[in-house]
Amino acid sequence: MTGSQPVVVAEGLTKRFGAFTAVDRLDLSIAKGEVVGFIGPNGAGKSTTIRMLCGLLRPSAGRASVAGFDVGRQPEAVRAHIGYMSQKFSLYGDLTCRENLRFFAGIYRVPRQERAERTHFAITMAGLEGREDMLVRTLAGGWKQRLALGCAILHRPPVLFLDEPTSGVEPQARRRFWDLIHTLADGGVTILVSTHYMDEAEYCNRITMIDAGRLVAIGSPRELRQQGLGGQLFEIVCAPLGAALAALRQAPGVLEVDIFGDKLHVLVHEQAVAETLRPFLTEKGITADPPRSIAPSLEDVFVQLVSRRSKAPGDAGIKP
Amino acid sequence: MSLRRLFAMAFKETLQIWRDPRSLAIALLMPVMQMALLGYGVSLDIKRVPLCINDQEHSQLSRDLVQRFVASGWFSADHASATDRAVRGALDRGACAGAVTIPVDFSRALMTTGSASVQTVFDATDTNTTNVAIGYAQGVIAQTTADFESQWAAAHGLRPPKIGAVDLEARVWFNEGLDSRNFIIPAVVAVILALVGAQLTSLTISREWERGTMEQLISTPVTALEVMLGKLVPYFVIGLVDAAFCLFTAIYWFKVPFRGSFIVLAITTALFTLVVLGIGYLISVRIRSQLGASQVALILTMTPTTMLSGYTFAIDQMPAPVQAVTLLVYARYYVTILRDVFLKGSPLQDLLIPIAALSAYAAAIIWIAARSFRDRLD
Ligand SMILES: Nc1ncnc2c1ncn2[C@@H]1O[C@H](COP(=O)(O)OP(=O)(O)OP(=O)(O)O)[C@@H](O)[C@H]1O
Ligand SMILES: [Mg+2]
Repeated sequence: MTGSQPVVVAEGLTKRFGAFTAVDRLDLSIAKGEVVGFIGPNGAGKSTTIRMLCGLLRPSAGRASVAGFDVGRQPEAVRAHIGYMSQKFSLYGDLTCRENLRFFAGIYRVPRQERAERTHFAITMAGLEGREDMLVRTLAGGWKQRLALGCAILHRPPVLFLDEPTSGVEPQARRRFWDLIHTLADGGVTILVSTHYMDEAEYCNRITMIDAGRLVAIGSPRELRQQGLGGQLFEIVCAPLGAALAALRQAPGVLEVDIFGDKLHVLVHEQAVAETLRPFLTEKGITADPPRSIAPSLEDVFVQLVSRRSKAPGDAGIKP
Repeated sequence: MSLRRLFAMAFKETLQIWRDPRSLAIALLMPVMQMALLGYGVSLDIKRVPLCINDQEHSQLSRDLVQRFVASGWFSADHASATDRAVRGALDRGACAGAVTIPVDFSRALMTTGSASVQTVFDATDTNTTNVAIGYAQGVIAQTTADFESQWAAAHGLRPPKIGAVDLEARVWFNEGLDSRNFIIPAVVAVILALVGAQLTSLTISREWERGTMEQLISTPVTALEVMLGKLVPYFVIGLVDAAFCLFTAIYWFKVPFRGSFIVLAITTALFTLVVLGIGYLISVRIRSQLGASQVALILTMTPTTMLSGYTFAIDQMPAPVQAVTLLVYARYYVTILRDVFLKGSPLQDLLIPIAALSAYAAAIIWIAARSFRDRLD
């Protein structure tokens, strides 16, 4: 993602609510056509960041620009260039699908001659054929979310901010939603999408992990997996588990040990250390299979990065 | 300002009103019910309200005042010359609906200072009767005072002041037969429009905040002015329909004589409708919960319009500071306009002052409301 000018830029973006800092000096740069996932636990500051980028909240410090406009000083210009889906469903429940689309087409001043075509596109995209005249509040979650996306892209915005668009939606509908996101990105739309689901993060070009308002890591899923742990991950089947856990925590070259079901996940400096583990355990009277190298999940990476950061405050994690 | 956006807003709001039973009830039922209640309330002409008169002085002047109460035909003084205790007892028992106490120094105060006070107490259970009765009692007292003042002035070789008396005579003149209805029903229309109008718009913004739709709306390029005007359009139409209903009921059902022009009526009514809708909208912009907004709208419109608009209490008989406060009560200007247009047939040029006041009000409210609209979440 090099060459062209970034479409979304944040530098030291900060939001304080009274004494509480919800977003703390966040740096971000998103290129045209990128799909960037925004990941973090509840209260991490995802929604707050997205709202600042939409010009809905005034940054307390730092700056951000979207499509070349400053979010603090030119919120009107920013709003003309973005599509936004808020975390809470926010279309008009007492209007039908068609009426909602018509309303937003009017608000976004979609040229009249294109209105029918774009409304039709939104309806087909959302799979709402035959439900055009149903009141929106009677629709199921997946349809509602796709209709909200349809309303947010009626004016063909170059930038989309989607705040947990798939929460509460069944897996099949989620899959379908992500297909839509990629279709839009292929058309050159820049997309920032927050999610709770780690598996969804895999669909993103890059992932931004945040925790307690701070940037934890940013990079492609592959980059994060490779470098994020700062070592190599192995799985060991052994018994008794408790004794093995205590023993391995003292073993030389071992960075981290965690219980995963009936196995242990062990993070080691390098391959060579892994080979010493089985003898080390046998010596202590613990039976163990040979360690098996595994690819860490993004969840592993996130947990690891957060705990490492809390041990060494000031380390802002990995940067690409 | 984009007309396209304004139209989209107005259309959407119309659909929402149409599908919301509460909005429909306020828009269509409330004016009918209130017109029936208040209109019939006053049209049961109030005659012979039983009154206790506690004449503590027994002078010629005090007896004259008692006589005037009885002679007005509106009161019957059954318990004349009762004691304080007896008066309270009679009120509590419901034996009388009101009491007038003439103090011991009534004549002396009047002779030496030129003014005297008479205490009136009314049973407020039947608000409507009471309001009207209070109005009548004030009329009797004002008339007595005015007569006395001119006698006193004549006796001292001065020109009679006649301040209160002139007005009272004028009122009697344009309201032949002393028919209170003709005087009060136009004011009833103003009060109803003020209440209904503010209720109609008081929910329109808070509803969007409560349902979360505001966050989506303000993420679009729509401006505060477009939201306001777009939302006001359908309510303005409803307000005019309500106003027409109330005014025609007054003219054709309650048979209040209408001597003015319908054009003057239409222009001034449109202006007043704009003011009352603007007030409701401003409240809605300021208060994010629907319940809060609706209650504030009720409190802010109910008391001032019923007490301070000249609806039942004549403004020119209020104490000066209260009179000053009534200048802020927008309903008083429309009450004046309606009474003048109905009973005197006043043309537009005679109504310039209240029209100017209402216009200034409309401009100020709309300006403040547009500025108060928050297009951010913080
Ligand atoms: N208007 C506000 N006033 C005070 N605190 C707020 C406000 N909005 C958010 N917060 C706080 O800021 C923090 C970050 O909230 P935010 O909604 O951005 O988190 P999030 O990452 O979107 O979480 P979730 O996954 O639950 O949506 C939370 O602790 C929240 O309580
Ligand atoms: Mg959130």
